[in-house]
Amino acid sequence: MRIVLPALRRTLLAVLLFLSAVPAFAVNPDEILADPALELRARNLSAQLRCMVCQNQSIDDSNAELARDLRLLVRQRIRDGDSDEQVIDYVVSRYGEFVLLKPRFSAKTYILWATPLILLALGATAMVVYARGRTAKPTGRKLSAEEQAALDRLLGK
Amino acid sequence: MSVELGHYALVLALATAIVLSILPIWGAWRGDRPLMELATSGSLALFGLVAFAFAVLTQAHLASDFSVKNVWENSHSLVPFIFKFSGVWGNHEGSMLLWLLILVFFSALVAIFGRNLPDTLRANVLAVQAWVATAFTLFILLTSNPFARLNPAPPEGQDLNPVLQDVGLAIHPPLLYLGYVGFSVCFSFAIAALMEGRIDAAWARWVRPWTLAAWTFLTAGIAMGSYWAYYELGWGGWWFWDPVENASFMPWLAGTALLHSAIVMEKREALKIWTILLAILTFSLSLLGTFLVRSGVLTSVHAFATDPSRGIFILCILVLFIGGALALFAFRAPQLNSGGLFAPISREGALVLNNLILTVSTATVLIGTLYPLLLESLTGEKISVGPPFFNMTFGLLMIPLLLAVPFGPLLAWKRGDLLGALQRLYVAAGLAFFVALVFYYVENGGPVMAVLGLAAGLFLVFGAVSDLWFRAGIGKQAMGVAWRRLVGLPRSAFGTALAHMGLGITVLGIVAVTTFETEHVVEMKPGMTAEAGGYTLAFDGMRSAVGPNYTEDRGHFTVSRGGATVADVWSSKRLYTARRMPTTEAGILTFGLSQLYVSLGDPMADGGIVVRIWWKPYILCIWGGALVMMFGGFVSLSDRRLRVGAPSRRAKPVKAALEAGE
Repeated sequence: MRIVLPALRRTLLAVLLFLSAVPAFAVNPDEILADPALELRARNLSAQLRCMVCQNQSIDDSNAELARDLRLLVRQRIRDGDSDEQVIDYVVSRYGEFVLLKPRFSAKTYILWATPLILLALGATAMVVYARGRTAKPTGRKLSAEEQAALDRLLGK
Repeated sequence: MSVELGHYALVLALATAIVLSILPIWGAWRGDRPLMELATSGSLALFGLVAFAFAVLTQAHLASDFSVKNVWENSHSLVPFIFKFSGVWGNHEGSMLLWLLILVFFSALVAIFGRNLPDTLRANVLAVQAWVATAFTLFILLTSNPFARLNPAPPEGQDLNPVLQDVGLAIHPPLLYLGYVGFSVCFSFAIAALMEGRIDAAWARWVRPWTLAAWTFLTAGIAMGSYWAYYELGWGGWWFWDPVENASFMPWLAGTALLHSAIVMEKREALKIWTILLAILTFSLSLLGTFLVRSGVLTSVHAFATDPSRGIFILCILVLFIGGALALFAFRAPQLNSGGLFAPISREGALVLNNLILTVSTATVLIGTLYPLLLESLTGEKISVGPPFFNMTFGLLMIPLLLAVPFGPLLAWKRGDLLGALQRLYVAAGLAFFVALVFYYVENGGPVMAVLGLAAGLFLVFGAVSDLWFRAGIGKQAMGVAWRRLVGLPRSAFGTALAHMGLGITVLGIVAVTTFETEHVVEMKPGMTAEAGGYTLAFDGMRSAVGPNYTEDRGHFTVSRGGATVADVWSSKRLYTARRMPTTEAGILTFGLSQLYVSLGDPMADGGIVVRIWWKPYILCIWGGALVMMFGGFVSLSDRRLRVGAPSRRAKPVKAALEAGE
């Protein structure tokens, strides 16, 4: 229930916002920066920032008003000479880490980022151990005297 | 027809499923044949009952019977016929009924085609299928009854969600469910085997066709969904790492791993425990996907209705089945003896590597999808895990896998020769690199990494060809001999080559479109032109039109190249009147494997309109590759070896010769 209910409220909110939003489109011609290099940076950054009122869209794809405001903000900061990191830091300081589509590597995301590596390492180790165990397994037990005798007899020694 | 009959049939189905869940197992345990036989006839009856319930609901939708709540909520008298039909599953209740229908359809198939399975195994498999059917029938009856009535009956329906009013809805969910739910058969086989405590190569041989069929349908369903999102959502994206997409992608990844590990088990009796575990995990991921999509934990167009009680119910099903299966596994697995030995460099070794990477990828997608939910419920902190995370982690994991794929089929079982495989592949690798460079040059650059990406895709394609080439001995044998050897190769060899080739084609499309795509956002007035991908688009103006249940503004564009008109395209913005919901209908023109994608934005105050034009080079390769993969699946499925009980190949000519001699 603890998981479900907030999610439910969020859904309703998102649905309401979605229905009431006038269909506009992502980046509009009037937003585009004159300098193509700066515009490219703005597009790259926009793709990494989440539209806060949408389901699962970056501000670059979203048509919501809020996404447009954020796009303009990003472009404003870039024009003012901010580096990419500074822009991101600024947006995070205003909206929190929820806005980042690629979560930062920090205490609360160690598990997220490390899981693929840990699993890969564990899996590879298991593979090696298994392979070793399987190949080096000629039982190790020597033939008993009787068995040896039987074998010799069969081989005609 | 009265929908109450459908409801009644569903209640009977529940009773049948409960009986089927218990008696055949009892029979298998006691060695009681009639009780075991019950599983076969019972499964057919169960399918008949659910199919009848489904038919009744369909009839209510087609007849626009708005006294049925489900029809009233999701249909409209003016909706075109096909959407009245596909609207049956374009909502939560109907979609769960489709889920159940496909589940019992697979049970019926096992009952029909499983005549030559050992009696006890067949009885147990069908009983396990019936457990799942019981749980989901109960779910539908208790929380999601599609047959509820409204009194008084409203005169008009509320219309189907406009985004779903597309032929995609008619195809995508049934295909996806055939895949998703098809893995239930593998799950049931795994549980039945654990119960009997006996698992051998024959078991793997029985399970493989089901895995292959489910995988093929799931491939088709995912590709279809991706293409649908691409043309319907209006911004030209084809994969969003949306949690719901991930929910269908995880069973696909795990299913792909299962497909490969079952080969090792069938041929070499190795990896038994692992294969059983994968069979359980794959269907568990299908169940998890159903939970994620249906519970409303996630928000998306797929979450038709959100009701916490449904979420809790599916969560219980999830815990019961996954927990129970894993507990049984933990209890029984140590008793299974492991089979054939193999060196690390061998066909088995390559397949183990495949499994390692695919499993880790599945886990990565899983944790990326669930992490925000878990973190929020544990600490209250909200973070997002979006496409940049998945592209990076999943992308990095895929690189070694893609490079390793062509080696797999060239390595021998037990002990392979890596150097030999390398010698056979260097032509393919060189050719791939060369073609990638030409490609890169023709398309005028992009990041240098693109060359490597393209080369990886081409390496898969050429590698698959090399595999067939060397198997047939082309170049070493006389042409006639090589041809006969090629034709004589088992169908599964062609299936493998086609599937790997399809993967390469998809990779090629993904890399090409990400690198060479161009986007143009312009404000246009009638008479103005824009350039994209070497084509000139002239905007001729807007026109209003009225559809059956919508109004639209359509823009017309004439497309020319070098001054000559080559095509024209409409792009429109619709307003669905019943729900007052706007959609965009992009104009898409196909040139070879590439597409021009035109979509309309806002009208401007001065009479112009914002137009977004994309040139999507080679984008059709993405879905074309999936088609080739599917085709490979079907070819493999038609292999004699997998048709259980099919007479062996040699039997036929001898008989024919005898008859000819008479």
